[in-house]
Amino acid sequence: MSGSFDILMVGIGGQGTILASNILGEACLIEGRHVKGAETHGMAQRGGSVESHIRIDGLFGPLIPPGQADFLISFDLLEALRYSHYVKQGGKMVVNRQLVLPTSVFTQNLVAPTQDEIIAALKKHTLCLLDADKMAEEAGSPLSQNVVMLGAASHSIPLNPESLLEAVKRLVPKKMVEINTKAFEMGREFGRTC
Amino acid sequence: MERKYLLGNEAIAHACVESGVNFVSGYPGTPSSEVIDVLRVQPDRSYYVEWSVNEKVALENALAAAWCGVRALCTMKHVGLNVAADPLMTSAYTGITGGLVILSADDPFAHSSQNEQDTRCYAHFARVPCLDPASIQEAHDMIPEAFGLSEEFGLPVIFRPTTRICHSKGDVDLGEAVASSRKGEFHKDPRQYVVIPAHTRVLHKKLNEKQSAIRKRLVERGFNYHTIRGKTAIIASGIGATYVQELLPEGISFMKIGAYPIDDEWLGDFVKKHEKVLVIEELAPEVEEAVRQVAGCVPVFGKKNGYAPYEGELSPPAVAAIMEKAGFLDKNPFPPADPVPNLPPRPPILCAGCLHRGTFYAIKKVFRDAIYPSDIGCYTLGLQLGVVDTTICMGASITVASGISHAGDPRDIVCTIGDSTFLHTGIQGLINAVYNGANITVVILDNRITAMTGHQPNPNTGVTACGVESPRVSLDALCRACGVSFVESVDPYDITGMTHILQEAKKRKGVKVIIAKQMCVISARRAGVKRGRYMVNPGICTGCGTCVRFGCPAIEFADEKARINDLCSGCAVCAQLCPVGAIAREGKK
Repeated sequence: MSGSFDILMVGIGGQGTILASNILGEACLIEGRHVKGAETHGMAQRGGSVESHIRIDGLFGPLIPPGQADFLISFDLLEALRYSHYVKQGGKMVVNRQLVLPTSVFTQNLVAPTQDEIIAALKKHTLCLLDADKMAEEAGSPLSQNVVMLGAASHSIPLNPESLLEAVKRLVPKKMVEINTKAFEMGREFGRTC
Repeated sequence: MERKYLLGNEAIAHACVESGVNFVSGYPGTPSSEVIDVLRVQPDRSYYVEWSVNEKVALENALAAAWCGVRALCTMKHVGLNVAADPLMTSAYTGITGGLVILSADDPFAHSSQNEQDTRCYAHFARVPCLDPASIQEAHDMIPEAFGLSEEFGLPVIFRPTTRICHSKGDVDLGEAVASSRKGEFHKDPRQYVVIPAHTRVLHKKLNEKQSAIRKRLVERGFNYHTIRGKTAIIASGIGATYVQELLPEGISFMKIGAYPIDDEWLGDFVKKHEKVLVIEELAPEVEEAVRQVAGCVPVFGKKNGYAPYEGELSPPAVAAIMEKAGFLDKNPFPPADPVPNLPPRPPILCAGCLHRGTFYAIKKVFRDAIYPSDIGCYTLGLQLGVVDTTICMGASITVASGISHAGDPRDIVCTIGDSTFLHTGIQGLINAVYNGANITVVILDNRITAMTGHQPNPNTGVTACGVESPRVSLDALCRACGVSFVESVDPYDITGMTHILQEAKKRKGVKVIIAKQMCVISARRAGVKRGRYMVNPGICTGCGTCVRFGCPAIEFADEKARINDLCSGCAVCAQLCPVGAIAREGKK
């Protein structure tokens, strides 16, 4: 078997999951560890549900089988529920409290579960719930919400937080380094309470 | 040596630079596009790069470059190879002098494609070598080998990654970039480059004579290898081989196929040392057929006897299930994990402010009971709006429209095609429709970019792949030159204008062309276009739902009222649709 630490990161196309997965990959390189990943590109990105697989110490394929992920990071409540079957028993989740209803709910009159229903369903896993959008805004830019998420997740990822922060600094645009450093630290601080 | 965390396509692009590539051409197509997207933005490039108008054009350009002795790369997605099949088949006869690598990326599970065809079948068909990587590192390492093999045998080499190679990431050991000093020079040799019957018969024989040496060399180079560990064996290729290695129990032999054609003697020796053999591969049973030909009475398990599926992509659980069914694994280590049922789906959707949504709305309003052939691009998502009745391949909107017109269906026919697709293979269909007197309305969705695959420029953009300004092709003049007399351009954000022009087209016979011109909303945002957001005045909104049915992701509905969220890009189309005037620009009363 693989022996890797498997993280599934999910969200909606355009929310910055690809940058977040690049940060995890870069942090692995900083520590001299192998890493494999897979992600959604092409038309599926247009506002659709997207997933990034990251396998720290991964030596084989990039895909995490359902029921095997050690950890789920979700940028949206509904997407967390959609992919919750990927998380193994005893696995953890860090989830942004935001709930963006898919357009199908309005155009086809579909029923979406409420925020409370989703949270109740997610609670069968160890759940860390945060308002990453609000914290990103406080850090200085709503675009830094992906880094807030990584900060909160950093307690459960087998990588040094220093490596993660270094990776953040290497990968975000230069003028955004300060904001993202703050975003990471705010997320990390919040993560302590989870 | 440097190690980086890269997308498969980035690693492949880097390997091309390490190989001293001189010439690069291709047409964008998921999952292949990022190879050229990476190569075209490198500073201090020592190679030529172009986005060509289609794959046939791209391959013929690259072939000519390779005839001149330089190293050429040509990229496309699997279905693009259908378009380029004509030059491919005969390029194997003429051969090349500089290395020619044709990257054709397959898409098992059709994540972003119209079919699940297998590029390896083309390599077999054309009798050229094909390399089939199982990981990103191997994809990277195979590229210099592919150029080497191409030059050694004087043949194009097909390099065939799949979605899970192109769009996977991993830590990759890279080599040094090489700035090649090769200069192209064409040496006239009609017996090689003019394939009249007298020449081509000789060339065909030469191609066939190369095959045996190719098979041996692919084993010698280590692309195809095996380890004997027991009485049963698994033979696997591509990413399937990686999944097998993740699961392989002790005592089962393993053969990895990374290149074709497979040496049948070598394969037969291995198979006959075993009591049963399982073949794991994605898409067509290409390896399995080779195994069955040499297996004699050794039982073979695979697609042909129902142990593995023909469709879809492999994954660790899928491979485990096949191994368990064929008796190569006692127990599937991945128990089924079912998703939560009945969640509202979140498929990809046209962006808020996308020009296509307004166009489709107007088409549906004016042509209520019409037939809507469409084409390949973001606008295929118009399916969700009920305005896409057919999509088959690039350029097949106008041709399907004229075919239906001549078949005698009395309804109006309105087809939609993007600017890039029109330039790819749409023009011929338009000429044909005019020439043969079809009655159709053609709407060209002109957003000045190849949007779906990641915003690559095309001849309608006004810049080349490398950002150099180029003359913009005039779609209006082009359509007129094809013989169309009704050619009208219109802004699809202006629903009244759009509706009026469509009504005019509806009154006329023959081929009518309407060009709906508006920048792609993503390019516009990147270019700094700001329009200001719109909002719903809840005091006026009657909750009728007209704007919601428009299907824009910026429009939500809660507590019996519509609401516009911050995805709004200010196209103002919804404000024109609202029957009570409840939608206005933010900050205005």
